[in-house]
Amino acid sequence: MTAVKVFVPIDAAARSVGADEVAAAVQAEAKRLGVAIELIRTGSRGMFWLEPLVEVATAAGRVAYGPVTAADVPGLFAAGFLQGGKHPLLHGKTEELAFLKRQQRVTFARVGVVDPRSLRDYEAHGGLRGLRAALAMAPAQIVDEVMTSGLRGRGGAAFPAGIKWKTVAQQPPGQKYVVCNADEGDSGTYSDRMVIEGDPFLLIEGMLIAGLAVGADQGWIYLRSEYPDAEVALMAAIDMARREGLLGKSVLGSGRAFDLHLRRGAGAYICGEETAMLESLEGKRGMVRPKPPLPAIAGLFGKPSLIHNVMSLAAVPTIVEKGGAFHAGLGVGRSKGTLPFQLAGNVKHGGLVEVPFGMTLRELLYDFGGGTASGRPIKAVQVGGPLGAYLPPAKFDTPLDYEAFAQAGGMLGHGGIVVFDDTVDMKAMARYAMEFCAVESCGKCTPCRIGSTRGVEVIDQIAGPGPQVALLRDLCDTMTHASLCAMGGLTPMPVLSALDHFPEDFARGARARG
Amino acid sequence: MQPTADPGATPVPLTAAQRAAIDVAIAACRDLPGALLPLLHKLQEQLGYVPPASIPPIAKALGLSQADVHGVITFYHDFRTTPPGRHVVKLCRAEACQAMGCQRLEQHVQDRLGITFGQTSADGAVTLEAVYCLGNCALSPALLVDGRLQGRVSKERLDRVLDTCVHDGKEAQR
Ligand SMILES: Cc1cc2nc3c(=O)[nH]c(=O)nc-3n(C[C@H](O)[C@H](O)[C@H](O)COP(=O)(O)O)c2cc1C
Ligand code: SF4
Ligand code: FES
Repeated sequence: MTAVKVFVPIDAAARSVGADEVAAAVQAEAKRLGVAIELIRTGSRGMFWLEPLVEVATAAGRVAYGPVTAADVPGLFAAGFLQGGKHPLLHGKTEELAFLKRQQRVTFARVGVVDPRSLRDYEAHGGLRGLRAALAMAPAQIVDEVMTSGLRGRGGAAFPAGIKWKTVAQQPPGQKYVVCNADEGDSGTYSDRMVIEGDPFLLIEGMLIAGLAVGADQGWIYLRSEYPDAEVALMAAIDMARREGLLGKSVLGSGRAFDLHLRRGAGAYICGEETAMLESLEGKRGMVRPKPPLPAIAGLFGKPSLIHNVMSLAAVPTIVEKGGAFHAGLGVGRSKGTLPFQLAGNVKHGGLVEVPFGMTLRELLYDFGGGTASGRPIKAVQVGGPLGAYLPPAKFDTPLDYEAFAQAGGMLGHGGIVVFDDTVDMKAMARYAMEFCAVESCGKCTPCRIGSTRGVEVIDQIAGPGPQVALLRDLCDTMTHASLCAMGGLTPMPVLSALDHFPEDFARGARARG
Repeated sequence: MQPTADPGATPVPLTAAQRAAIDVAIAACRDLPGALLPLLHKLQEQLGYVPPASIPPIAKALGLSQADVHGVITFYHDFRTTPPGRHVVKLCRAEACQAMGCQRLEQHVQDRLGITFGQTSADGAVTLEAVYCLGNCALSPALLVDGRLQGRVSKERLDRVLDTCVHDGKEAQR
């Protein structure tokens, strides 16, 4: 009898609720019973309320059990889970689960499915097709496909990727870099982490293609220090890619060189801002650089640099393999392709939802998220990280696309959605937004450095409408218009949206926390 | 905030072991482009912190001014200039964790160990640090204990974490 394949995630979130213990228990029980299994550690499927989620490969396909504890494991074996046997934790075929079935996974097609430590598995599931296609194309052709795709940067600013590629490609030949921004500092976001841990070769392939297109033979990845598991996964993938000739002097024997450097951040949110990140990569304080010069012209170590978020680079292999038109055919308006949304905070079914742009926020929150974890009504959601707006239920019918969100007074950013129930005090959240800005400001300009601290003080003095509210609005106005970067420039977004949508929370003095 | 080194004060002299750790970090990183951050990480991995007296040898090895090195150490939240406790608990205090009541965990550490962010418990077992998102926002609240991620952290779960830190078999060595 051949060994039955059993899949247990190695994703940091799954491990944070006991996946390693479950994996060990599965091994031990199989040994005790003398049954042959092949235990494969994968990324996470992104259904975190079911983690640790254990899958078994049956004749009918993969079936899912979860959330499994180590103590459940003997019972699962007794129930014949290796044949997909019935058990209270059985959810049926993984692909048929409503949360997954309603998604259109492009970037996340392999995450949770493959062994992230196997380049062979990556290839067996369609990996490297984009790179092979790119190696047969002229650089300008690759840039054209990215142009056609309508891909916009997934790191937050949603700038058209093709324009950046063209700019870097047009710089005179010489040292150029592809720089991957894996700082993922926004609260409520984890899609970069999931890809790095669950399908790291996808990022490597995306960076390789970018290098071919713009004429860069080096890639740099700036990974936040808060992601120790991702660092291990990425280092292992880079090592394997070097051994297998994917990275190095002659990429897949093509004669074209490309190699990667992995750098760890040091716990500064502002180093996600691209110019602060460049400073940090150069070994300096993460101070924001004035623009111009654009990093595409003078970036890392003064050289032309193509800077992208992990999700942007991870979208590239499919764009090159299937053509820019495939990507452009998904989504709505000027928001093309899919966005991996991340449901977070007080949500019943928290997890990763990759869908084309255009679904409403309400569908995401209720059809996928199932409402709050606490069972109480949703009072507010913050979309787009700590610099994003707080939206009340009245705005939940806003379609998830960049322009519609801007019109509704918000931003999609990196696609993080943090849910709060009706116990949240929005004045406290506004205060926190200012406090966060004060803690994380790089200090280069006054409106942000001083304004944020002032903002905390002013909010503390608010107890109903009056001069303090006017003062707060003035302060926000100054920060919005006079800050050098979006840290100071967008902090007013959560603050003012809280004030505008939830004035009742600003009508009383400080509330006890708890 | 971390207490930071006062550049004017005379730093505590380095021990032989610290000198050796600095040499290791310098040898491993000096030839890297933009070497300072990886070097500081390498040093802190070995010692748990970056001793202020390590600034002059690092500056010399990299051809930087001491002010440059000091400026980088103080800019980044990760680098400590005082020794941490035996275990470091980094509690997430960002929005998704707030939505699931991380403030209660902060209060619980305060009640149990009498420390807040940036402080070390009197028995030297635990240093508590604030962190802003660990990428575990669908299983919030979250924390990192000695680099290991924990999710859905209830008070009970936090107590188990703190118990293993406090009763780690090294209590008596103080
Ligand atoms: C305060 C601040 C923090 C940011 N943090 C991140 C981050 O963590 N990750 C990221 O990819 N982009 C972040 N950005 C956006 C980057 O500056 C930049 O736009 C992005 O990396 C470009 O890549 P993209 O075109 O693929 O989005 C941040 C911007 C600001 C102002
Ligand atoms: S807005 Fe804040 S973070 Fe941005 S450059 Fe100014 S001080 Fe630095
Ligand atoms: S906000 Fe705490 S883990 Fe993301």
